[in-house]
Amino acid sequence: MARPKTKDLLWIPVFNKNPITLQVLGICSALAVTGKLETAFVMSICLTAVAAFSGASISLIRNQIPGSVRIGSQIGIIATLVILVDQILEAFLFDVSKQLSVFVGLIITNCIVMGRAEAFAMKNEPWPSFLDGIGHGLGYSVVLLAVGFLRELFGSGTLFGIEVLKSVTNEGWYVTNGLMLLPPSAFFIIGLLIWALHTWRPEQIEEE
Amino acid sequence: MARESLGKTFAMALTLCAVCSFLVSGAAVGLRSKQKENRDQDRKKNILVAAGLYNSNVPVDEAFRQVEPRIVDLATGDYVSEDQLDPQNFNQRLSAKDPELSVSIPSQEDLAGIRRREKYSFVYLVKKEDRLDQVVLPVNGKGLWSTMYGFLALDSDLNTVRGMTFYEHAETPGLGGEIDNPKWKALWPGKNVYDDQGSVQFKLIKGSVDQGSPEAIYEVDGLAGATLTANGVTHMVQYWLGDHGFKTFLKRLRSEGETHG
Repeated sequence: MARPKTKDLLWIPVFNKNPITLQVLGICSALAVTGKLETAFVMSICLTAVAAFSGASISLIRNQIPGSVRIGSQIGIIATLVILVDQILEAFLFDVSKQLSVFVGLIITNCIVMGRAEAFAMKNEPWPSFLDGIGHGLGYSVVLLAVGFLRELFGSGTLFGIEVLKSVTNEGWYVTNGLMLLPPSAFFIIGLLIWALHTWRPEQIEEE
Repeated sequence: MARESLGKTFAMALTLCAVCSFLVSGAAVGLRSKQKENRDQDRKKNILVAAGLYNSNVPVDEAFRQVEPRIVDLATGDYVSEDQLDPQNFNQRLSAKDPELSVSIPSQEDLAGIRRREKYSFVYLVKKEDRLDQVVLPVNGKGLWSTMYGFLALDSDLNTVRGMTFYEHAETPGLGGEIDNPKWKALWPGKNVYDDQGSVQFKLIKGSVDQGSPEAIYEVDGLAGATLTANGVTHMVQYWLGDHGFKTFLKRLRSEGETHG
């Protein structure tokens, strides 16, 4: 297998093969944590870290992992990393960890991390696997932040908790859009994003 | 291939488990004190917020010196001595799940929807110049999605609300989550909990409170689009300040005139 270029590993998953918009993976957490930019941002960092380090460590022992228990081994490594991230958040970013609560734990079941472990890290060297994890984490982050931006702006009139549109509840003029605060709105936004991306990059449309 | 043999598979799986559990337990043990400190700080901060004593410029521990945590037996309303339960190590949240330290609530009386309640609860006495100024009571109850945990501060007349804050809940942001909105929380102080007969009248109502109505002293505006969360808050206050909750304790406190003690 030809050695993939660093640049490709990092950038292809962001726009060309975005895990959320093209592969439609990792949707669950994209719905759950995008009500606010802050949680979306921290979640993005956590997922990117987990994807990168799990890729690297799985790749490091890929020749030792027996085929019959490989999924279990991958889950074991991913779960360990997720628990580490969760513990670190609780120790150093307590307020954020309170808001993210169960969702950090749910990174374990995030299809992107599993998918990259199985599809890439099992066949490649540690360094490219690490970069691949970062690339896919970035792809996830871009979508998460875009959705979080729209939902927080139109749902609460704030960005990162700072008031941008003065809302009626705070004696302003902006009537907040309640739908944006509910998880289903992320479905609509992601749908629209995929539509926009397909218009921009028609080659991403699946063949019928 | 050799690595597919049964022995190798077991060895690999066991090694992996050992390494992973070592990392996880290492992190859990290594970070525990820091995490506990965070949780304590957070709890203290919220007690201060409920009592209106929080100031971001004053360190939490320093401001907390005016607060005296005591443990109360909810059934009798008496304080529990420190020999029986040490306030330093008493974990009220855990005790609510411990069969020895909690009682199950009959379903017809379970207004707050919490099924079990702890036998012993913290109360936080805020004193000013040796006189009781406020009592902060921990409360919790089911909202729409989650159990909401908060602190309710009562004035030394043990009837007038001084403040309310929630420190943990998972209600819908922007709708039920507005229970965190400072503007809304500012509607609470000054409201009365009990009527002259001593029954809990406090409630959130739909829409805005009609200031002219005789009931207005017991009422706080509801939350638009969050009727179920608001009902949960009402039930929570009614349960925790009712006969099952702190009423016995408050009665004792009032009759003993400890408010001036």
